[in-house]
Amino acid sequence: MGNASAMLTQYDIEEVQDHCNYLFSQQEIVALYSRFCQLDRTAKGFISSDEFLSIPEFSLNPLSQRLLKMVDGLNFKDFVAFLSAFSPQATTQQKIEFIFKVYDADGKGRVTFKDLLEVLRDLTGSFMSEEQREKVLGQVLEEAGYSRESTLYFEDFMKILSKAGLKMEVEVPVD
Amino acid sequence: MGGLDSSSMETDLDRPNIEEYLTTETIREVPKKLHLSDLLDISPTLTEAAGAIVDDSFTRCFKSNSPEPWNWNIYLFPLWCLGVVVRYGILFPARVGVLALGWIVFFAAFLPVHFLIRGHDKWRRKIERKLVEMMCSVFVASWTGVIKYHGPRPSRRPQQVFVANHTSMIDFIILEQMTAFAVIMQKHPGWVGFIQKTILESVGCIWFNRTESKDREVVATKIREHTQGVDNNPLLIFPEGTCVNNHYTVMFKKGAFELGCAVCPVAIKYNKIFVDAFWNSKKQSFTTHLAQLMTSWAVVCDVWYLEPQYIRPGEIPIEFAERVRDMISVRAGLKKVPWDGYLKYFRPSPKLTERKQQIFAESVLKRLEEK
Repeated sequence: MGNASAMLTQYDIEEVQDHCNYLFSQQEIVALYSRFCQLDRTAKGFISSDEFLSIPEFSLNPLSQRLLKMVDGLNFKDFVAFLSAFSPQATTQQKIEFIFKVYDADGKGRVTFKDLLEVLRDLTGSFMSEEQREKVLGQVLEEAGYSRESTLYFEDFMKILSKAGLKMEVEVPVD
Repeated sequence: MGGLDSSSMETDLDRPNIEEYLTTETIREVPKKLHLSDLLDISPTLTEAAGAIVDDSFTRCFKSNSPEPWNWNIYLFPLWCLGVVVRYGILFPARVGVLALGWIVFFAAFLPVHFLIRGHDKWRRKIERKLVEMMCSVFVASWTGVIKYHGPRPSRRPQQVFVANHTSMIDFIILEQMTAFAVIMQKHPGWVGFIQKTILESVGCIWFNRTESKDREVVATKIREHTQGVDNNPLLIFPEGTCVNNHYTVMFKKGAFELGCAVCPVAIKYNKIFVDAFWNSKKQSFTTHLAQLMTSWAVVCDVWYLEPQYIRPGEIPIEFAERVRDMISVRAGLKKVPWDGYLKYFRPSPKLTERKQQIFAESVLKRLEEK
């Protein structure tokens, strides 16, 4: 078998790099392509949910279902764009954008109390009761100057999370 | 304090540390009071998920690394072409011939012995054993196996099982040519299944079916009975339960280690110099795999028979299994990963996800109390 870059032309690599705002180097894109082909076992051009779930580490992640909806069926270009938020070169704003998208499941640009609850439910499972979750969320929202009825927009996320010192980086193993 | 759970994980160094993979990134050493940003900041969980998408230690176990092409210059390329001609045009037909001849001789001897010599069971089984060993030697010759055996040869005694790391079905053939083992195998379809049914029954084989949930208990009983029988061939078990790429070992199933008898470890390491012996059952059928072996120069490997191990007082079977896995991995130069081989076929247990949820929930509730 040849190596992956034999199937990706220089032109393809540059196109992908442009699409992900140059957040990955060309070597990283080649490595990601090799990984993409490894996961896409039937060479369809995208990775199905089943193939993602066959990665045990991914499957046991509490947010796997949410992420699956975002990443299922993406072609390679969009796959790299999806992962670009985790590049060490990505700005805090880009990372917060990603987090916002995870909360805003219906893509309407706003996050309600219900959305916050859903994510908290994914993260805590049966180890917190619904009342406890509502109580905790209500409390921290009030303390930050919001209420249960508030709708959070991207600007709010920026305000809340910019100071949090987000560490959200993944290293692409380059051979 | 907030770090209660992380400290208890750090002391569990002797046990299979699945918990290492439920990383402590989800627990952070932060001020006790809970803020909105703490709940909103799901970056650790997201990072773990993205990390798994980009690279994960489980898939690495089953990756066949393509060899570096060495035939890329004008001097080496014609040599390589000549090699191809020799391998496909001369060696392959010769080997197929040897194999066919071997099968003919084998069946000519085996079938009469199996069906006609009734009553002298001990003799019949001795002859059948020798024939199977011979057939395996023919197989090994058919891919020019260059095998070095180290350590004392297995002896026929009751109350012992042999365990080995698993790379391909040829592991079994390589070991079988030296000693006729009884083996536990997954039932295969096609001509392999036919061979399993007819010939391997004579050396004593136990079948299992991964997809049946009650199967484990049935098989465990059969194994126990076998090890107690004085006349049975020594039992060979591959505790990984699946073929791994000979760079890593996955977790050993404890079935072979809770029998109360001696466990003799066998380590097998293939040298990839001429061919990669890893059988990626999802990518190739066994026939294709065999054809690949038969059109390469040789299959080179080392087999080490290690010292028999007994379960220590106070040791549970899982710990015993891990200790033996350690011995085999060190001897064969393989890296250990804390994953169950069956994850190739099934999803991980929801308990692992629940454990993560529990850690997070407990830390949130604790910090709520700290107010």
